[in-house]
Amino acid sequence: MSSSASLPKVIVLAGGLSHERDVSLRSGRRVAQALRVVGHEVIESDVSADVVELLRSHPDAVVFPLLHGEVGEDGALREVFELLEVTFVGSSAAASRVTFDKSICTKVVAHAGVKTPRQVALPHEIFRELGAKALVEGMGARLGFPMMVKPARSGSALGCTKVDDLAGLPAAMVAAYAYGSVAVVEEFIEGTEVAVAVLDVDGERQVLPAVEIRPESGVYDYAARYTAGATRFVTPAELDDEVTAAAESLAVQAVEALGLCGLSRVDMIITAEGEPVFLEANVAPGMTETSLVPLAMDAAGLDLGEVCSRLVLEAAAR
Amino acid sequence: MGTWYFAGNVRQSRRVSLPQPPAPRPERHDTRLDRYVEQYADRTHTMQASAVRALFAVANRPEVVSLAGGMPNITDLPLNVVADSLQNLIMTEGTKAMQYGSGQGEPMIREQICEVMGLEGIVAHPDDVVVTCGSQQALDLVTRIFCNPGDVVIAEAPSYVGALTTFRSYQVEVVHVTMDDDGIRTDALAQAVTACRAAGKNPKFLYTIPNFSNPSGISQTADRRREVLQTCLDLDLLVVEDNPYGLLSLDAEPLPALRSMEDEQVLYLGSFSKTFAPGFRIGWALAPHAVREKLTLAQEAATLCPPVFSQYAVSSYLRDHDWQNQIVSFKDMYRARRDAMLEALEEYMPEGTTWTNPAGGFFVWVTMPEGLDSQSMLPRAVTDRVAYTPGTAFYADGLGSRNLRLSFCYPPPDRIREGVRRLAEVMRRELDLHHTFGLGTSPRHDGLTSGPGPEVS
Repeated sequence: MSSSASLPKVIVLAGGLSHERDVSLRSGRRVAQALRVVGHEVIESDVSADVVELLRSHPDAVVFPLLHGEVGEDGALREVFELLEVTFVGSSAAASRVTFDKSICTKVVAHAGVKTPRQVALPHEIFRELGAKALVEGMGARLGFPMMVKPARSGSALGCTKVDDLAGLPAAMVAAYAYGSVAVVEEFIEGTEVAVAVLDVDGERQVLPAVEIRPESGVYDYAARYTAGATRFVTPAELDDEVTAAAESLAVQAVEALGLCGLSRVDMIITAEGEPVFLEANVAPGMTETSLVPLAMDAAGLDLGEVCSRLVLEAAAR
Repeated sequence: MGTWYFAGNVRQSRRVSLPQPPAPRPERHDTRLDRYVEQYADRTHTMQASAVRALFAVANRPEVVSLAGGMPNITDLPLNVVADSLQNLIMTEGTKAMQYGSGQGEPMIREQICEVMGLEGIVAHPDDVVVTCGSQQALDLVTRIFCNPGDVVIAEAPSYVGALTTFRSYQVEVVHVTMDDDGIRTDALAQAVTACRAAGKNPKFLYTIPNFSNPSGISQTADRRREVLQTCLDLDLLVVEDNPYGLLSLDAEPLPALRSMEDEQVLYLGSFSKTFAPGFRIGWALAPHAVREKLTLAQEAATLCPPVFSQYAVSSYLRDHDWQNQIVSFKDMYRARRDAMLEALEEYMPEGTTWTNPAGGFFVWVTMPEGLDSQSMLPRAVTDRVAYTPGTAFYADGLGSRNLRLSFCYPPPDRIREGVRRLAEVMRRELDLHHTFGLGTSPRHDGLTSGPGPEVS
């Protein structure tokens, strides 16, 4: 590890005005602390009107964005970094934009040959224009029950509902639209939930051990994600070798199709037949005390601070 | 084990070198991220992260108009007076103020508390006052000394979310009793208590906020107060009277407290959080002798003694400052805010919306058109930079999805207007969606919803 004098200063951006502000602040604090431990000088900042001034006043600093949800993860802020020629860790604005929107991301990944759930993505206006009843029934007929309803652009399972019958679909749609104007409706994939982190740094790609998620309540919802003790994590996932290889291969395929770099996380379901099915990818994976990527690093024998520091150094060298 | 596994078929990988022995399997990590997860008490299991609570994280950002929290606006406090008073306190009585004190609270502030309660017609002796860490702790201690797991507390519907949380933490079942415009309904109260007893349950007390209730803003009329007391006397049911807002009466003189009408059947909780400042965390319980003794012992078990420095600080403020006149200025400020909110509601709210007309306190309770769900609508409001507390937080039984609580205490009048305007827009769009999807009645939610934390504006 380099001496601290030669390590770049880091601006950890966390918070923002998204629905995931709270999660982002937790991620930001954890990464900032880990970077300090390995010797970086770290400035922690929220995202507000002052942030451009902050970036300008530290031209040598590397930005580590830990913003979850819109603006932070949808590429908007990364677009600004690129505009201002600010050095930052992680994927480009364009890749983030594609990845964050489930209605686009799923299609891009499917196009690359990855198995994805059958999905319908619809803006709320279409229901008003064409009549909700026929569309809702059409979705039920095409996808079958149970199905998952999700906001197209959101994280932490916010606004997501598992729907068991036609009667439950309208309320689930309304709940998803509370998070944004487009919702995706997908077939529900029964199986084991697994997350695979991919670390691209210094020209090397490392696929971290898959984390198997076993929520005590049966549903990996917000409470199960952020209450320590509410979910059991098994790393590496208890999967056959071939299935493990298939899960890792899926993660790599998704990362490549989406053009992600740095640290990304790909979430998937392993069906009873051992087939992995893509759910979503994350350009700013959660780094909280209960998040998946730090667990994967732990199982791989990697130190969070050292990995983050490598990402910072690589960004600085770009 | 610095690295674990490199995907073999990846173009960018520089480390692909075949043939190689199979990668050693790392040791399997199996964790719930809490090694004590099996050790917690049963009452701890309901303490969970909540998506609704997380949404309040944006409320304190300046872009957001927060009508969600319950923070008093203390910017008008004469800080120079408080500073002088504290300086004097430290120089003259510092070693006493920074020392341990009595578990029951310091004698001088217990006397002053009796003077404060005198404004609402209560005649009390300082010996019967127990000082607590905010009235919230008084509520905690009262529940601790009275309630076994499975006991019942009777509460208004809706009722204060912080009380419901305390009751739940002692595994107490809350049975709600409906209100009308004059406060809790005594016929429903009698029925609820009778039904509980018939079912072999033990209702320990009625928890009520007679003045400008949080969240409803409703006050019990003087007649209703007498009826509530008589009903509880007939039922032999203790009354816990929570009165943080009593002196913040905006339209008339304060009504007599329940405790002013009855000594033995009423346990009174008071607070300096709204009349002075919440950061000192000084509240109190006024209790009959035997109960007070138990509360004091419970207080010693909990904290040894309530914060001594804070008691001295509040006592000095009461002694050195015209605090009653300060309350007059607080009331003028809150009146303008309440009026701004009521006017804005009148101007902006969609048809079919109703709300209460509080004569004091901090809150207006809104009932939205049938079908809307305040909990699932909250993210839309956050996107539009306005926050409120969903009505479900104020019910232990999953009701309240059609309601929301708006607070007028913290934002200034122009921000309140803007917040209500944004909220109305959010409701219109939500109504539009409901209409499109033909949704029926507002849903019932399982379990208790979190309210905003105390740090939320």
